[in-house]
Amino acid sequence: MTTTNRLRFFTFAAPQRFYRLTGALVPWLWAVTALLTVAGLYVGFFVAPTDATQGDSYRIIFIHVPAAWMSMVLYLVMAFWAAIGWAFNARLAFMVARALAPTGAMFTFLALWTGAFWGKPTWGTWWVWDARLTSELILLFLYLGYIALVNAIDDQRRADLAGALLAVVGAVNVPIIYFSVKWWNTLHQGASISMTAAPTMASTMLTAMLLMTFAFWAYAFAVVFTRTRAIVLEREQHTEWVGSLAAAKR
Amino acid sequence: MGGYGLYVWGSYVVTAAFMLAEPWLARRHHRRALRDLQLRREEQA
Repeated sequence: MTTTNRLRFFTFAAPQRFYRLTGALVPWLWAVTALLTVAGLYVGFFVAPTDATQGDSYRIIFIHVPAAWMSMVLYLVMAFWAAIGWAFNARLAFMVARALAPTGAMFTFLALWTGAFWGKPTWGTWWVWDARLTSELILLFLYLGYIALVNAIDDQRRADLAGALLAVVGAVNVPIIYFSVKWWNTLHQGASISMTAAPTMASTMLTAMLLMTFAFWAYAFAVVFTRTRAIVLEREQHTEWVGSLAAAKR
Repeated sequence: MGGYGLYVWGSYVVTAAFMLAEPWLARRHHRRALRDLQLRREEQA
């Protein structure tokens, strides 16, 4: 069989190529994560001023907002890859979807936790059943439901397809979370950052928040790639390339 | 933290704990997958 070195659209859809590429990328992703985190926390704690209304409690924003954004983005990415796997019968796409779920669930939990710890001093309560908080909690249940569902079904293909259905249907929750503060009268504040208007927060605060957002992005790539690589080894164990990899690692 | 220490550090410590544990668990998953492959090869040999 002849192989070509030309880069095609589906070049990295092959588990072996994906495994090699991500193996090279992961250490760099961790380095980028570390640098951005240090920069973000430095700006957030030593450069950004104390807030006039909220004092220093607002500094939770530097992890709360990135976690919340990641929780929503990772769900959409998970649903996307699950749909691609379904449409094209692409094994690797299903593996990536499975690898995304625990990280997405973690960020959702952290968004809720840090939100509660910010809400208590600011609103006087750890929790309210307002539209944004409730829909974010539903997102956590969707993630956990996806993980439980794909692990409950023994037949891997059926598990992948059932998970894909849940992921795609559940994706409607993400725009609900995002627009909830606009559609309903919520306790949670409205958007400070929009695509069409200037941000309504101080520039140093915004800088720190964006640095931490990119740090969380790089983190997510690193950890999801690591998990996907493990899943690839498990699912492709009967292939020659995995066999020779295992032999080489002795 | 201007009296908000419990809330700020309560957020950051839990976040750091999860974001240190998760990569460790993912790496462990990968190492175990490799180890299982090697054990299977030895059994077949």
